[in-house]
Amino acid sequence: MAENGAFYRTMTRRQLLAAASAAGVALSKPAWAQSMIDLPLPGGPGARQVTTSFPQKGPMILQRTRPPLLETPFEVFDKGVFTPNDQFYVRWHWAVIPTDIDIGKFSLTVRGHVNQTLSLSLNDILHGLPSVQLAAVNQCSGNSRGFFQPRVPGGEWANGAMGNALWTGVRLKDVLDKAGVKPGAVQVRFKGLDEPVVADAPHFMKSLDIDHARDGEVMIAYAMNGEQLPLVNGFPLRLVVPGWYATYWVKMLNDIEVLDQPDTNYWTKVAYTIPDTPHASTKPGETGVKMIPINRMVPRSFVTNIASGTKVKAAAPMTLRGIAFGGDCGVASVDFSIDRGKSWHQAQLGKDEGKYGFRQWQTQLTLPGAGEYSLLVRCTNSNGVAQPDVPNWNPAGFMRNVMESIDAIAV
Amino acid sequence: MFRNLLPAVVLLGVASIPHAAHAATPFELKSVKLDLPDSDKMFPDGPGSDVINNNCIACHSADMVLNQPLLSKQAWAAEVNKMINNYKAPIATEDVGAIVKYLTAFKGAK
Ligand code: HEC
Repeated sequence: MAENGAFYRTMTRRQLLAAASAAGVALSKPAWAQSMIDLPLPGGPGARQVTTSFPQKGPMILQRTRPPLLETPFEVFDKGVFTPNDQFYVRWHWAVIPTDIDIGKFSLTVRGHVNQTLSLSLNDILHGLPSVQLAAVNQCSGNSRGFFQPRVPGGEWANGAMGNALWTGVRLKDVLDKAGVKPGAVQVRFKGLDEPVVADAPHFMKSLDIDHARDGEVMIAYAMNGEQLPLVNGFPLRLVVPGWYATYWVKMLNDIEVLDQPDTNYWTKVAYTIPDTPHASTKPGETGVKMIPINRMVPRSFVTNIASGTKVKAAAPMTLRGIAFGGDCGVASVDFSIDRGKSWHQAQLGKDEGKYGFRQWQTQLTLPGAGEYSLLVRCTNSNGVAQPDVPNWNPAGFMRNVMESIDAIAV
Repeated sequence: MFRNLLPAVVLLGVASIPHAAHAATPFELKSVKLDLPDSDKMFPDGPGSDVINNNCIACHSADMVLNQPLLSKQAWAAEVNKMINNYKAPIATEDVGAIVKYLTAFKGAK
């Protein structure tokens, strides 16, 4: 189980200075003018700024300024199943990101192995095709990477590189049908407006198999939670791939290429691959493991209403609440244990807003006597897949979904 | 799977009675022009800090590297080579040693 809390302590200036000098961080700017947070990453460094300096965004945990990696503060997940746009996490690979987008000039190209190349304006997309809506979790492949042990390089996220939104847009299938996919098409490749800093470096692109691209669920979103997307979340168009990791949800989508050969581009073939093993798990140093592109998400659940280490009343009823998601399908049940997994009890599930979204869960429980308890939560999805009780490990830090535990001290 | 958009359209139509003319076009996008913040953070002073400052902050700000956990010398060497081979970082061969040495000194696993 994962021995980390949902909430992280805000640091005092003194702690911050100690942490900063230990981590060798240069405090050039008046960093303590902003608030800090200490992510409980094993071995550290866990000190991060909470920044409000990104346009269209509220307070976010600053993982990297350029290109932005911004994490959602965990307390946001207690407020409801839809993550507000201004606190939805942000993740880019390359730093050349357009910051001036004229909706009259933007166009989406559909080309390659099609009968007819298309250049669609935003007007064509908003008003020329049927609109659809879907709630879906967008989660970084490396969400929770910072908890891997041994630690691995990458974006050192705690649990906040995920979010759930109500996406509005058009079906990718309808767009592909408009262009007319030719027989022999095997994959569809997606590219956005962002560009590498170095000219010969690999442009960020991702591909889906043709049948997946045409399943009627994959969509091109122009709105999240009823509003246009914040620029750093992919304005004006973002691919939505329900149930799949966010690496496929290409931001600022402006180019769709139907391929008659499997995609060999770096970001599909080399990066974002996982060991083809149960839980995508390997041992550190293991070689010769078959690697495959990361794909469907796996179930997760979290406590959101109390922090690890919280003092609660013994022998008195308390509420435990949180969120869960099934991964590539809905949530069947969320269970909790107060005796380190000896016995399990079912929590109540909140309203179902769609099988690909977050589902709130809640329960009343009583910790019988004084002492330290570790409270475990476990999601089982509607395919019957439950969260494992031991963490997975792979060198890229992908697909963590071990059941979470939080400590409660009954007094 | 998909919900029909109709209820949302109806709701928006009701909410915007003063702008009844827009009820038929419930959702419009607005152009965006803004600035993203940058970081002028440099690597802490020490032997090789000028070399790493010259080579490792073009594509991403220094916090990418400073927020990494402590890694072994081999792991740091692999990272630097990944930047060169996979991401085409224009780093002179003779600088690689100094960068790996700096990273091992400042962020090396004990
Ligand atoms: C040519 C551009 C470029 C340069 C120069 C560059 N990097 Fe990177 N670096 C990248 C890209 C692209 C990524 C992956 C981006 C992401 O995942 O957000 C990355 C990611 C990283 C990561 C995260 C772990 C990983 O492998 O993804 C570390 C650590 C890192 N770079 C260190 C360095 C160091 C040290 C240097 C100087 C030797 C350096 N980088 C120079 C482009 C570059």
